[in-house]
Amino acid sequence: MSKEKNVVLRMEDVHKSFGENHVLRGVSLDISQGETKILIGPSGTGKSTLLTCINMLTPPDSGKIWLLDQEITGSKKVNRLRQQIGFVFQDFSLFNHLTALGNVSIGLTKVKGLDRRKAREKALQELKQVGLEDKAASYPAQLSGGQKQRVAIARALAMDPQLILFDEPTSALDPELIGEVLAVMKNLANRGMTMLVVSHEMGFARSVADEVVFMEGGVIVEQGPPTQLFSRPQVQRTGEFLSRLSGLFGEEEEKQ
Amino acid sequence: MTFAEVVQQSWGPMMEGLQITIQLTFLSIIFGLALGLILALGKVYGWKPLRWLCTAFIEIIRGTPLLVQIFIIYFGLPPYGIRLSPLQAAVIAFSINSAAYQAEYLRGAIQSIPSGQMQAALSMGMSAWQGVLSIILPQALRRVIPPWTNEFIYLLKYTSLAYIIGTPELMGQARFVASRNYEYFQVYVLAALIYLGIVLVFSEVFSWIERRVRIPGFDYHS
Repeated sequence: MSKEKNVVLRMEDVHKSFGENHVLRGVSLDISQGETKILIGPSGTGKSTLLTCINMLTPPDSGKIWLLDQEITGSKKVNRLRQQIGFVFQDFSLFNHLTALGNVSIGLTKVKGLDRRKAREKALQELKQVGLEDKAASYPAQLSGGQKQRVAIARALAMDPQLILFDEPTSALDPELIGEVLAVMKNLANRGMTMLVVSHEMGFARSVADEVVFMEGGVIVEQGPPTQLFSRPQVQRTGEFLSRLSGLFGEEEEKQ
Repeated sequence: MTFAEVVQQSWGPMMEGLQITIQLTFLSIIFGLALGLILALGKVYGWKPLRWLCTAFIEIIRGTPLLVQIFIIYFGLPPYGIRLSPLQAAVIAFSINSAAYQAEYLRGAIQSIPSGQMQAALSMGMSAWQGVLSIILPQALRRVIPPWTNEFIYLLKYTSLAYIIGTPELMGQARFVASRNYEYFQVYVLAALIYLGIVLVFSEVFSWIERRVRIPGFDYHS
């Protein structure tokens, strides 16, 4: 079955080094409209670097990246392109001096040039999407980790991005707060948002990912639908990594 | 003469002097803040030559005595055609001097803001300049209030040096009064008490401002 797919993000042979450290060694990846891809792999493999290459916070050394038909790499209008790429950070990075509402609306007023009233309306709508309209007046320091990350997601959504990049969005959270963030993300995926997520939440990957991408040593080792990758990995390293992951997070045999 | 008589006699001229002291302090701290902000931003975000230039300026100013700077500006410039009144020369010298110190406080405050704040600003499409203005400075300026209060208090007292080039500020007026009634001890104690009084008032005002602009729930010290 071949369905006409609209490619939102295309990466071709992306390389990045920090000094001697060759972090990305030629990564190529496509993400289509409405797709959710989950990026997994051992730490230090370049997953986060790959995300920051996409929005040019870390410009790649070589290779090309396109957002729809615009080439991001080498573009002079990086600010314009970044508006269309949401980014959710591991440590939330909410603006500490602004309320939840201010965090969500500042991009609308400063970047999109909306007037205050319209920005406020839209920001409230986005906070409602993540179930936090009653926290609009709270400052980040008054919110729980899970609430902070939901505000951060609302902040990304407010810009009406073409896709959202998530950099380990739940790994700084207490276990009991992870669920609320994953629920918001799952809802987004179901509503057709295009997402690239670095995460080791296997249950989440299983239920929402169109594809799981396993990265190691700066290259993509294997990718495929979660059912296939989790049950019948083609590469030995993928299997080894997944079995260690499920040892940590997954269902293990019960104690006799 | 009793202290009461000394107070009565010197009150008029000393209050005139106090006005000039406060004028001198406010003009210098504000010009110093503007210049200090430029220096701090240049030092943190500027390209290399600019960073180097800002650092050199700060080090030269901090490394030389304030009195020498005052003398260079007041006595040293007229041969080059720049003639300044004592008050003008004092404002310029204090502004430049204070700018160097304020720049370092500001730099520290700017660099204490987590790098993720700027990353988040850039990633939503802000320019670096927008990020500095809307995200970094509003937080850095709050953090700089306590050291800045210190600088204000230093400056307020350092303005007394301006009497040497004939600025009729509080210290100059005290000297003038004392040279007439020979009550040096009592007149200078009175001057000291006036300095102490306004320092206490302003440090109270700034700590009130600090509380007013505090970010709810946010603890700077954590």
